[in-house]
Amino acid sequence: MGKPKLGVFKFASCDGCQLSLLDAEDQLLAVAEVIDIVHFPEASSRLESGPYDIALIEGSITTPHDAERIQQIRRDSKFLMTIGACATAGGIQALRNGADTTEFMQAVYATPEYIQVLDQSTAIAEHVKVDFELRGCPINQYQLIEVIQSLLAGRTPRTPKHSVCLDCKRRGTVCVTVAQGIACLGPVTQSGCDAICPSYHRGCYGCYGPAAQPNLVSLSTQTLKAGDSPAEAAHRLQNFNVSAPAFHQESQRLTDQAREQN
Amino acid sequence: MGNRTIKVETLTRVEGEGGLYIRLNGEAVDEVRLEIYEPPRLFEALLRGRPLEDVPDITARICGICPVAYQMSSVHALEAALEVTVSPEIRRLRRLLYCGEWIESHGLHMHLLHAPDFLGFDSGLEMAKQFPEEVNRGLRLKKHGNQLVDMLGGRAIHPINVCVGGFYRLPTRKEVQKLIPDFEWGLNAAIETTRWVASFDFPDFESPDCEYISLSHPDEYPMNAGVMKTSSGDTIDVANYEAEFEELQVPHSTALHAIRKSTGRPYLLGPLARINLNRDRLSPSAQKLADEIKLEPVCCNPHKAIIARGLEIIHAYEEALMILRDQPLKGKSRESYEYQAGKGMSATEAPRGTLFHRYIVDKDGKIVEASIVPPTSQNQAQIEADLKQWISHVISKDERETARKCENLVRAYDPCISCSTHFLNVKIERT
Repeated sequence: MGKPKLGVFKFASCDGCQLSLLDAEDQLLAVAEVIDIVHFPEASSRLESGPYDIALIEGSITTPHDAERIQQIRRDSKFLMTIGACATAGGIQALRNGADTTEFMQAVYATPEYIQVLDQSTAIAEHVKVDFELRGCPINQYQLIEVIQSLLAGRTPRTPKHSVCLDCKRRGTVCVTVAQGIACLGPVTQSGCDAICPSYHRGCYGCYGPAAQPNLVSLSTQTLKAGDSPAEAAHRLQNFNVSAPAFHQESQRLTDQAREQN
Repeated sequence: MGNRTIKVETLTRVEGEGGLYIRLNGEAVDEVRLEIYEPPRLFEALLRGRPLEDVPDITARICGICPVAYQMSSVHALEAALEVTVSPEIRRLRRLLYCGEWIESHGLHMHLLHAPDFLGFDSGLEMAKQFPEEVNRGLRLKKHGNQLVDMLGGRAIHPINVCVGGFYRLPTRKEVQKLIPDFEWGLNAAIETTRWVASFDFPDFESPDCEYISLSHPDEYPMNAGVMKTSSGDTIDVANYEAEFEELQVPHSTALHAIRKSTGRPYLLGPLARINLNRDRLSPSAQKLADEIKLEPVCCNPHKAIIARGLEIIHAYEEALMILRDQPLKGKSRESYEYQAGKGMSATEAPRGTLFHRYIVDKDGKIVEASIVPPTSQNQAQIEADLKQWISHVISKDERETARKCENLVRAYDPCISCSTHFLNVKIERT
């Protein structure tokens, strides 16, 4: 059997997650030895059509053309993996999902009719079957390499599902909420970043999306007790993973609560 | 030869998604279109109503390759709106962070994206088989840039430590000093790399009458402060940015075309513009090398931007070393501020050129209006203008070859298409 063929594809995104592969400087040439990178427009002018053994998908679906394009990539790919918050949860651009996209387009473009966009920014899994999701804004390059290695070895890729809190304990970071009263999404956010923010004296802002079985209501209750308004608590969940179901649901509940108070 | 078209469906080795469309009539060029079909993400609209503290985290997500530039322009603009002045220590650390981004971004572009064009490879990875030493050296330089952003910013892509007023925490003396040995090695490696790229075979082509624009500062190589200078001799205060430049929407692109209002002509930003206008403020090693390789005092060959990137990497290493070796950091990690309604503007030098931000904030610290003008959308009209001239040099019956040479020129500008797809204040429509 020849080397497995890898394709890297981009939708609406910042390029940061596919850059994580190029940023794996120490392993990059080794990866290129064992995998045939046949389609990676950011890195190579050699663009082969499918079939692909592994497809890495960055970015969310925001245009009618992209909604079509992902279907073809799915047909061409044996194992399709999404990388990053845009591909797994719609990304920061999903903030427009609850708003008026036409109004947003008019705010930004003089002639919005030149450009076709969908009302919603959606995760890849809402369009095609996804075999594995790697979370993060951006993804962690060590996790990416581990997933590629496990695929080559024929085992199921595993990434942790526990919350950021556990990683703070591992690092020996004193809890910023307990010690300094700083609001932090660590208890409800999936680990993967190595709990960076608390080690820089700021609260986690949820780059990796909801952890497994997050108790969001309990966390909100605490932050409201500490003096947050429901609007502020809702707002904290509305960023890079705003459309991840658990974050979306809780931010809606808090928004409704804020509305009732007014 | 009658009418024919040349189409590059997907521009490769650039950040983001774009294509190229060229229509010829015999030997004459009818039309050239750099087609940016990257989906718009509407950041300026998304920011409205958010607390100003969110801005550096959100605007970083415009581009994974140059998030520091977005963070720097945004915090400076917001500090202007809040009338906050940061300490010299914070200012120095911000330059240090910027050095990291220049090393990482220029290192990536030079070795993995651009050098393959000169040596006839499809990618840097393929080039590594014949040029292992050069590619490995390039990867190591790129890694140093990432390590520096990681140390000071918390992580290399979308740093978390930058905030309005300064940093969430200052790095420790130990964290800072740890980088010094690698950076000492890197400075010499950067000099070798730049000598190597300067030895490439450059096409004999000059961009005709191109106006170069960059920030300029009396004592520093421009990075995060200064006034705008132009190669035609003008000085423009950043506060007058929107009065001097105009963005136009064109049907074939989600990115804008920028021109100077006074001339109605496009202009070029980026490393070549910075070197052309500020060569005497480069670090000693970078100046020495520029003289050694006999770089023209005003270099108008866009293909030579790879040399300008090399010189800027040398500069960034030398400046970073100076800051890393400095006395222990003291003082507050950030300045405190009170909310007040206001408007703030700032421009800093992203790896690809001047990046302008303007914000209006209300008395509660919420964003009322945001305007972001990225370098690639400003360079786009100049890229098309240069392509029109370049085609006459490379036109041949072999369309693939012609397309490849056109792609090579586009890549020389390192267009970052992910960044370029948003703007505000469009005033004229052109069809």
